[in-house]
Amino acid sequence: MIFFLIIGFSIVANDTPNDAGGSILITTYNIPEGTQKIELYRLAKGDTIYEEAGLIPPRGECEDVSVVDGVEYLYRVRAITEDTFYVAETKEFISSSPQWFNRTRITVLLFFILFGGVVLVYIELAKKNPKGLFIRKLPALDAIDEAVGRSTEMGKPVLFVPGLEGITDAGTLASITILEKVGKRVAEYGSRVIHPNFDPIVMTTAQETLKTAFSEAGRPDAFNKDDVFYLTYEQFGFAAGVDGIMLREKPGAIFLQGYFYAESLILAETGYSIGAIQIAGTNATTQLPFFVAACDYVLLGEEMFAASAYISREPRLLGSIKGSDLAKLAILCLIGAGVIFGTFAVIANNAGNPSYLGIFNRVLDFIARGNG
Amino acid sequence: MLRRTLPQAIAFIIGFAMLIQYFIPHPISERFYNVIVQQWLIIILGFMYIFALRSFFMHHIVKIRRKKEGYWFSAMAIVALLFMLSSGLITTRGVFFDSLYNYMIAPLQATMFSLLAFFIASAAFRAFRARNFQATLLLVTAVIVMIGRVPIGDYLWKGMPDLVEWIMSVPNMAAMRGIRIGVGLGAVATAMKIILGIERSYMGGE
Repeated sequence: MIFFLIIGFSIVANDTPNDAGGSILITTYNIPEGTQKIELYRLAKGDTIYEEAGLIPPRGECEDVSVVDGVEYLYRVRAITEDTFYVAETKEFISSSPQWFNRTRITVLLFFILFGGVVLVYIELAKKNPKGLFIRKLPALDAIDEAVGRSTEMGKPVLFVPGLEGITDAGTLASITILEKVGKRVAEYGSRVIHPNFDPIVMTTAQETLKTAFSEAGRPDAFNKDDVFYLTYEQFGFAAGVDGIMLREKPGAIFLQGYFYAESLILAETGYSIGAIQIAGTNATTQLPFFVAACDYVLLGEEMFAASAYISREPRLLGSIKGSDLAKLAILCLIGAGVIFGTFAVIANNAGNPSYLGIFNRVLDFIARGNG
Repeated sequence: MLRRTLPQAIAFIIGFAMLIQYFIPHPISERFYNVIVQQWLIIILGFMYIFALRSFFMHHIVKIRRKKEGYWFSAMAIVALLFMLSSGLITTRGVFFDSLYNYMIAPLQATMFSLLAFFIASAAFRAFRARNFQATLLLVTAVIVMIGRVPIGDYLWKGMPDLVEWIMSVPNMAAMRGIRIGVGLGAVATAMKIILGIERSYMGGE
């Protein structure tokens, strides 16, 4: 068999970084021209014959994911051209192992520590000086009393739709907070709340929340557990079911709070057609325009998460809102500084000084991809 | 104790463990994630469906008994559920069950989805009425985007598709990213409040 060990064509094998083990990263350099395919071979320590380990894609890099942690391997690659082939191999044994820290996520950790620190500091400050915190008016939350009151006067029930996500979604948790406030008002006014559900865990949580809300309002007897019921786990089946409830029960107020998908406008437009006052809120940015177009009041994204603080005025919750706002300001400043420095770096690069662009790219690489 | 402290303790331990797990790629960490998310959550959800089914039947049976408006829809819902369930259990290889799904449920879902086109038209009609400066700006922008997205836009003015692309990727994207950053920070803050036991409304009342 004839083959060439040419200078330049080489292979490097390393343990794949930031992984759960069982993988070795193979990189080839200076692939000979006219290469049709690159075959990969592997020799485990103690063995005498190289075994086939697949093909390396044309870009020259791949992960061998069929290795066993702790077992040492030598690698050999064969670049096959039309009339010959070239061989390169590693000189030292390499083995794979799992890591205990994913370094590509270091920026996430740094952000979380900074953000968490700011929020915790403001929570402490809020506890010491509860009167020093201001939260701007949120018309959608102020309108809850008006909506429930109007519904009661008309002798119609209130409809509360908690969206299509499970209890693990932050938007659903925020909607449960708003449900509590709605439930209290409904109980105080002696009205009724209908709560169809897409997710059984959300249903149980909503039942408990409303039960507590009715008890706190001094009307535990008025709570009907069967008004919080399960509908279906099919998206458009759920939309059809809720539309049917709207058309039959004709609620005076409709709350669309939580995470919604394409059914958002179907629900909101049906609610509009029956003349109900509609208060929507979602963390699904793609559905916000539909709610803005079809509903009377809308909680835009983060306003939903501020609902619990706004409603309860509890200092610790207000402090967390203040902390989030400060983090947002910091991010805004960072984006502004990045835009200015990036523009300057490109101008400097065009003028023949590439060093600033290099710094900018390294910073961007660290922040965006965690490759410090 | 059982109603407040225990759930709060579970939320703290599991929440904190899931947070740490995100930064650890080790197989032990992966196994922990799989047990919590792929096994416990499925087991909990499986049991919750018993409650869901009870709720479904109770809700519709009460409506049928009291002969409420549209009670025959409730009868249809119960019959459909039982029919679908029995077709999946009784028939072999699932051909009949698949046919029911492909030729009944899927077209019904597509029908509901197709209604969206009409609802968009009616909502757009209301939203685009030029009542004030903002609504007029919205109307003008929407007309430009709509014309630029169809072939006639390019025919009327060659620069129209580029203008639409700029609207979508610069002012529109800037607003969307602003909202998304807010949503992201709000979600992180909510998660922190739940882990630390500051936010407790999800446990049924403050």
